[in-house]
Amino acid sequence: MIHARGLTKTFGPVEAVRGIDLDVSAGEIVGFLGPNGAGKTTTLRMLTTLLRPTSGTATVAGADLFADPAAVRRRIGYVAQGGAFAPFSPVGEELVLQARLYGMSRRQARERVTTLLAELDLPGVEERTTVTMSGGQKRRLDIAMGLLHRPELLFLDEPTTGLDPQSRANLWDHVRRLRERDGLTVFLTTHYLEEADALCDRVLIIDHGRIVAAGTPGELKSAHGARTLDDVFLAVTGRELREEAAA
Amino acid sequence: MTALAALTGHYLRASFGNKFSLAFGALQPFLYLVLFGPLFARSGVGSWEVLVPGLLVQLGLTSAGMAGFGIVFDHRFGVLERLRVTPVSRVTLLLGRVLRDTVVLLIQAVAIILVAWALGLRAPLAGVLPALLLAGVLAVGMASLSYAAALTIRQELFAPVMSTVVVPLMLLSGALLPMSLAPAWLDVVSRLTPFRYAVEGLRALFAGSYASSALLWGVVVSLAFAVVGVALGTRRFQTENA
Ligand SMILES: Nc1ncnc2c1ncn2[C@@H]1O[C@H](COP(=O)(O)OP(=O)(O)O)[C@@H](O)[C@H]1O
Ligand SMILES: [Mg+2]
Repeated sequence: MIHARGLTKTFGPVEAVRGIDLDVSAGEIVGFLGPNGAGKTTTLRMLTTLLRPTSGTATVAGADLFADPAAVRRRIGYVAQGGAFAPFSPVGEELVLQARLYGMSRRQARERVTTLLAELDLPGVEERTTVTMSGGQKRRLDIAMGLLHRPELLFLDEPTTGLDPQSRANLWDHVRRLRERDGLTVFLTTHYLEEADALCDRVLIIDHGRIVAAGTPGELKSAHGARTLDDVFLAVTGRELREEAAA
Repeated sequence: MTALAALTGHYLRASFGNKFSLAFGALQPFLYLVLFGPLFARSGVGSWEVLVPGLLVQLGLTSAGMAGFGIVFDHRFGVLERLRVTPVSRVTLLLGRVLRDTVVLLIQAVAIILVAWALGLRAPLAGVLPALLLAGVLAVGMASLSYAAALTIRQELFAPVMSTVVVPLMLLSGALLPMSLAPAWLDVVSRLTPFRYAVEGLRALFAGSYASSALLWGVVVSLAFAVVGVALGTRRFQTENA
């Protein structure tokens, strides 16, 4: 579903991503873990056609990132770290617009929005703006935005950051359900390592723009004689992830 | 095509939901029309038929020229990024907004012409209708450039920079006083700005001189301006902006 080789991105003097190889198979939930500034968002924005890599190659959802970005865009959904809604516009109108940009008629778009909002426990919020919504509701709304066109592959950038534990658990339940029901492939970033441990089939740990460890949570823990993924992070980087996430 | 219609419709609904902003974009030319027009018409420099085409260009600068302001917020809240991740072509993403701005400008232009008519403007309909078309072409270019600027310069600088840039452009276009009155150097500088040609083209239409070179130049320069504007705007939609 994703095959990337040697992806790099430099912003002026900053080497944000320094040569990343990735392979994600269909139906997997893969966690992309690392401290703030490690290069997670930059990598996601490259894989979603939003940012041109400085070098490297990638196929995403069966299409070449450089040769056919439009095909990549048709097949993927992307939920950005900062959300997708302006606070002054009714969310239903924004969702219907987005659905129509994927080629749905107005009627199809309305139906799709209604169904999807109900599935994500947000029935009837069409007329509201995000100002009146909780953090968890907003995040589910962002996910609805990313799923309108039934993508094969969904990118989630820090979907649970800033949410309370209950909303986080609820959101992960939705992600799990999507994979089980629709076979959706999910590539997500987070710095809640214990949640990644519970949710992800595989995790990749990124630090300073490089992947420093990759495998199933079980493999990583036994390879490093660690009890948790936090301990794995400590073992491979010599630093505590938690302190940096808080800083 | 569906995408373009969906985008334009969406933005138009948003604009009509905010009548205040519709009126606000036309406020400056409207003030000139009502508070300066009567003076101008009696000054011996020119008539309403000379002033109103100038005010249409002023409208292009103030109304379409400030269009980019709206995209600053879309950029900040992630709306732009979410649109850019759809398969819709980048030029369509731009034109959806630009067509809305053009429709808004045309409505404002018609309102100004109607008020001007009440004040004493007399121009042939056969000239006024194509003049609206020409103003629309100008608006396409101006709004596109405005978006390009909004996505290029620092967000908080957009409003002060644009509202400052617009002033010399308007003065140099001869919108308020015909450039035939200008000293040679000012006339030369004025010819370096596209709006000079647009103003003179519009004046030719309001005067009913449909076969004049002023009209030809007005059309050619305005079309070129629109093409350049859309090209630059599309480039900014293509390139990354984090
Ligand atoms: N548009 C940009 N311009 C300059 N530097 C950037 C830009 N985007 C990200 N960076 C830098 O690249 C590095 C990686 O950032 P990012 O990918 O956002 O990390 P993460 O998502 O893992 O927190 C950081 O040092 C960040 O400051
Ligand atoms: Mg990030």
